[in-house]
Amino acid sequence: MTATHALPPQAAATRNGTPPWPVEKIAVLDLHKSFGSIEVLKGISFTANQGDVVAILGSSGSGKSTLLRCVNFLETPDAGEIIVCGENVRMRRRRDGRQAPADPAQLTRVRTRASMVFQSFNLWPHMTILENVIEAPVHVQRRPRKDCIEEAEALLDKVGLAAKRHEYPAVLSGGQQQRAAIARALASHPEVLLFDEPTSALDPELVGEVLKVMRALAEEGRTMLVVTHEMGFARHVSTRSLFLHQGRVEEEGASAEMFAHPRTDRFRQFIQRSQS
Amino acid sequence: MHLFDLFLGPDGWGVPLLAAALMTVALSISGLAVGALLGALLAYARIAGGLLARTAADAVTTVLRGVPDLLVIYLFYFGGSQILSWIGNAAGYDGFIGLPVFLTGVLALGVVSAAYQAEVFRGAFTVIPRGQIESARAAGMGSLLMFRRVLAPQMIRHALPGLGNVWQLILKDSALISVIGLVELLRAAQVGAGSTREPFLFYSAALLLYLAITSLSGQAFRWAEIRSLRPFRRG
Amino acid sequence: MDLSFMQATLLTLLGGLPLTLHLTASSILLGGAGALVLALMRTSGIVLLSAPARAYVFVFRGTPLLIQLFMIYYGLGQFRPALQDLGLWSFFRDPYFCAVLAMAMNTAAYSSEIIRGGLASVPPGALEAASACGMRPLMRLRRIVLPLAIRQALPAYGNELVLMAKATSLASTITLMEVTGLAGKMIAQTYRAVEIFACAGLIYLALTLILTRAVLLLEWWLSPRRPRRQPAPPTICTTGEPA
Ligand SMILES: Nc1ncnc2c1ncn2[C@@H]1O[C@H](COP(=O)(O)OP(=O)(O)OP(=O)(O)O)[C@@H](O)[C@H]1O
Ligand SMILES: [Mg+2]
Repeated sequence: MTATHALPPQAAATRNGTPPWPVEKIAVLDLHKSFGSIEVLKGISFTANQGDVVAILGSSGSGKSTLLRCVNFLETPDAGEIIVCGENVRMRRRRDGRQAPADPAQLTRVRTRASMVFQSFNLWPHMTILENVIEAPVHVQRRPRKDCIEEAEALLDKVGLAAKRHEYPAVLSGGQQQRAAIARALASHPEVLLFDEPTSALDPELVGEVLKVMRALAEEGRTMLVVTHEMGFARHVSTRSLFLHQGRVEEEGASAEMFAHPRTDRFRQFIQRSQS
Repeated sequence: MHLFDLFLGPDGWGVPLLAAALMTVALSISGLAVGALLGALLAYARIAGGLLARTAADAVTTVLRGVPDLLVIYLFYFGGSQILSWIGNAAGYDGFIGLPVFLTGVLALGVVSAAYQAEVFRGAFTVIPRGQIESARAAGMGSLLMFRRVLAPQMIRHALPGLGNVWQLILKDSALISVIGLVELLRAAQVGAGSTREPFLFYSAALLLYLAITSLSGQAFRWAEIRSLRPFRRG
Repeated sequence: MDLSFMQATLLTLLGGLPLTLHLTASSILLGGAGALVLALMRTSGIVLLSAPARAYVFVFRGTPLLIQLFMIYYGLGQFRPALQDLGLWSFFRDPYFCAVLAMAMNTAAYSSEIIRGGLASVPPGALEAASACGMRPLMRLRRIVLPLAIRQALPAYGNELVLMAKATSLASTITLMEVTGLAGKMIAQTYRAVEIFACAGLIYLALTLILTRAVLLLEWWLSPRRPRRQPAPPTICTTGEPA
């Protein structure tokens, strides 16, 4: 564990049998999104390579969630391109003039490759934790149920919830629910993990257990986009940071460098405010 | 022209139908009042009664919820007359004495709705924080004073939505009273339909009047709900 | 109390039970199908579908069942020639058909609101999570929406079923001699209201009790249950040290 921690992500990727040069996992080009007359994203571009842990930062209302939800197509972008694991999701124009994904099969494929973890967990209340985890592999990916269960139990073990696998979400604490949600996201073998403020709905004493799991995932060399207000995570765990302000990328770069020497005043103020 | 004469002409059916609609409203209001009284008793038995009272209240509730309203109406109409006749016979009067239909209808509607009203009152009571009862006691209030000054005003507010539902229920149930001959809205439509051979027209007219009554009174209940919330809103 | 009279009454009244059961079952089935259609129309988001469904529900919930029944049985009789031309007269002449139609149409209105409530109770987050992991709309409906909505709506729907079973008594007003009809006739003949009421009440209580129990059973069967405890594998936390 500690050994992997010292390695840069690319090295981790090498160990996993992928080429040593950067492999692009997410590319967003000139993304625009409006709700009604409010333009929330005003032309966002960035890329995330394999093994990158990108912290998406910004004050409330700056469009972080919207950006992340566009990558999973929970929101449909108005303009711009989103390339997930090499697939450029094709759009069609609906009769009301808005865009919609053109090919449902492609949409499903992209969504399984980029799994989402929500602020409010969003576990399915009528299924046990184990059933939650195997739902997508069994029903969306149509993998053999037996394999899925074995794998799910290993995943639940990994997030420390093996004992809770036959419980229903309602009886779990927030931290446990979020860890279960992470196991669920991992179950469909995603290439990218999307986190939208995964610790914001948690009591302070439960934040640590979720961050610990996320940190372990980062150390495995997984590609992650993480919207967060946890500055510790952004500074020490993420490899790169993206600072959004009013729907634009105000500053981006390697996290260590960015936090040590902020280039823009806004980001400097943002760091100062979140430290106080 | 035909329609105009039928409803609005000098011997038209408009006035009798409207009068019958008024009868429906009067019947329902009286039924609601009687039901409120019985319901309050039932609720009291379930909240504060001993084991016997609670069991009895539960039994009554189960029966009232499981038996068709029409059957209850028959029971009151014929059963009431049965009892009256017994009393009459004992007093030397020979023959059958019928219970007035309006009275029967009111009693039947009251009894039929009592179980629902009891549930509404009990629900309204249970949401009042215990601390308020204690503080009223600490202020030296007796039970009756406490009920009047502290409990009742709040219970009414919490009971209003439920009472609105019960009211709609009673309004629609009141049509059943037509089977024992009370000339309320449905009965009047039946009479009109029979004597003009225009059943569709008359039932449509009654249908519209029912719709008007239910939606207007529903509106009134919503308005009352909003009013009753006013003193509790901040700012 | 006259036991032999009670016994005879009970036997007579039981003769009406098959009709009561038929009426209940037919109107519940037909009404359930109608409710589903109405609920889908109302939640479709297409004004041309949702507006008529709204109006339907407004009218049927805002008026007494008895007048709906009379409207169909007596009111439509006024259009006998037209119905004869359409070949529908034999239906609308038949009180059983009219009773089932009126009750089904009535319960469809109430039940559609119950279904709508169930659908509205599905947490949006659960739906979003389903979309996010790649479920298509139909699978989302089958795996997430319906299981959650049905569970939520079942108690209220159980209530509606009981009300429906009781409402079949109105069929007696259009000449159908089911349990209440027979009871009413007997009371009018014998004036022994209390005894006959007790017998008929017993039958209805048994019927409604069975219905509520059945719904409770279904609820229990559908509700999340803790399975028998299986020995959990030892927890090996392979994640790194605390952050
Ligand atoms: N579905 C929607 N409809 C209308 N407006 C929306 C919708 N979703 C987001 N918005 C608006 O878009 C803006 C950006 O929202 P977004 O949730 O992306 O911000 P955020 O950066 O995630 O903020 P926070 O830190 O509070 O989560 C906000 O002003 C919000 O009100
Ligand atoms: Mg957000």
